[in-house]
Amino acid sequence: MVIPAIIMIIIFSYIPMWGVLTAFQDYSPAKGFFGSEWVGFKHFRMFFNAPEFWQIMRNTIVISMLKLFIAFPAPIVFALMLNEVKNAFFKRFVQTVSYLPHFISWVIVSGFVISLLSVDNGSVNMLLQKLNIIDEPVHWLSIPEYFWSILITSGIWKEIGFGAIVYLAAITGIDPHMYEAASIDGAGRMRQLVSITIPSIAPVIIIFLILQVGQILNAGFEEILLLTNQGQNVVLRPVSETIDTYVYRVGIENYRFSYATAAGLFKGVISVGLLVIANWIARRLGNSSLW
Amino acid sequence: MIDVVVYVILLLLAVVTLYPFWNSLVISFNAGNDTAAGGVTIWPRAFTLENYKYVFKDARLINAFWITVARTVTGTFLSILFTSMFAYAMSKRGLIGKKFYMILCVITMYFSGGLIPSYLLIKDLHLMNTFWVLIIPGIISVWNMIIFRTFFLGLPDGLEESARIDGCNHIDTFFRIVLPVSGPVIATLSLFTAVGHWNAWFDASIYISNQKLLPLQVILNQTIQSILSFESSTVISATKQEFLQNAQSVTHKSIVMATTMVATIPIVMVYPFVQKYFVKGVLVGSLKE
Repeated sequence: MVIPAIIMIIIFSYIPMWGVLTAFQDYSPAKGFFGSEWVGFKHFRMFFNAPEFWQIMRNTIVISMLKLFIAFPAPIVFALMLNEVKNAFFKRFVQTVSYLPHFISWVIVSGFVISLLSVDNGSVNMLLQKLNIIDEPVHWLSIPEYFWSILITSGIWKEIGFGAIVYLAAITGIDPHMYEAASIDGAGRMRQLVSITIPSIAPVIIIFLILQVGQILNAGFEEILLLTNQGQNVVLRPVSETIDTYVYRVGIENYRFSYATAAGLFKGVISVGLLVIANWIARRLGNSSLW
Repeated sequence: MIDVVVYVILLLLAVVTLYPFWNSLVISFNAGNDTAAGGVTIWPRAFTLENYKYVFKDARLINAFWITVARTVTGTFLSILFTSMFAYAMSKRGLIGKKFYMILCVITMYFSGGLIPSYLLIKDLHLMNTFWVLIIPGIISVWNMIIFRTFFLGLPDGLEESARIDGCNHIDTFFRIVLPVSGPVIATLSLFTAVGHWNAWFDASIYISNQKLLPLQVILNQTIQSILSFESSTVISATKQEFLQNAQSVTHKSIVMATTMVATIPIVMVYPFVQKYFVKGVLVGSLKE
């Protein structure tokens, strides 16, 4: 029963890992992997010297950092707030509603975003006009300055509820005696939150943080592609092009396979490095680590 | 005081979460030319079923819908079957080379060849433009295998021993004894796998060019993207004026919203029933050793 599964894993996971070697070739589909010429680091040099290299790196890092510092804590804050709710019905209602977007595809979410932000009848423009914050409808999705906020907000909207599940479970697992003891000692709700709840769920937070750091250069490939018209939106490109979208654009759309693989491999190497460093720091700080 | 603030924020969050769904539903029931005039928010102003009539008459969309259904059903069934069999074997103490297989699996969770090598592999395997390209590469999910395995390890030993005494081999034991008691975990993982298949668009968009094989999400995306190009076109006013004058009761946007609802409603309908399962599933998944 194991062998067929292992064969599938080798074919679909390990052969592509080996396939990254095309980054060191001048791969041509006609000659195939074995017939193509080896060219060493040529494609890496081309990538590092590309005029767009620094822009791509900046976008990848900035978007990743925004995700790490804003999108990552959001479900934790949400779980902590939900935990303060005593009304069981209200709590269940909010929770049930919050899971919903996780099950909707990014295609549909991007459709929602485009519809809500549209100029003709987008609800956001209408609301802001009613409140007299803006006079004229704004073309939100064609102004580079707003792109990162839109991206991060829609990501939070989609995953906040689902991300909170593990934290809520961790909070539920805390021994109630600790709260009783604390309130006898005169600790208020804020004090209990800071001294009991947060430290108790810290191990879970750290594990997820490590996992997140390993993903750090995945700045949100799908959503960026979908919100920028498959990368065709030239106005947004200076803020939206990341390593992943770049690999997609030059590789799949322009057939520069070796060059795109080199860019992808560069990203992979950095991600693994970050994961190892994060794990090492976590092990130093406390006792939770991935391995 | 804190309570009030917390309740207000959470209520606001719930409204913000639900509003896009509701607004899209409303637009899908509103006449397209009326929607284009603006101001449709929480209630349809010119109620119509035209958008849905159009969607259900469009051969391309109907075909895409069936492709999506076929993909979801076949993909989920095969993936759950093979992954659970794999996991069952991996839960057996006597399995030779178990540790090696496990390492092989876990490595794939952190490293991958990336987009281009995978694309070239699919090309070399001649899977491009086939229905199976949507199913086969994802048939074994390491993540699900670990969850299944954790569940199987928790089953009492006596259960299988009695089957063994009655002369069942591993395969019989698995199908007759183990699977029937694994309802909750199968339900959870099937839900996640099915939702994944239902929502997937990227693999189809790069591996498939034959229009007859494209799933709903890809078609929907193509339509949404064409609105986006229209929205961000620099020649706004003239084109837009013209567009508004020529607007029919069915417009691009109203169709997109109706299609969106067709793609969304099946999920929204299933999910309350399995909610209690998936919360457990997520927790098992996050407790991986």
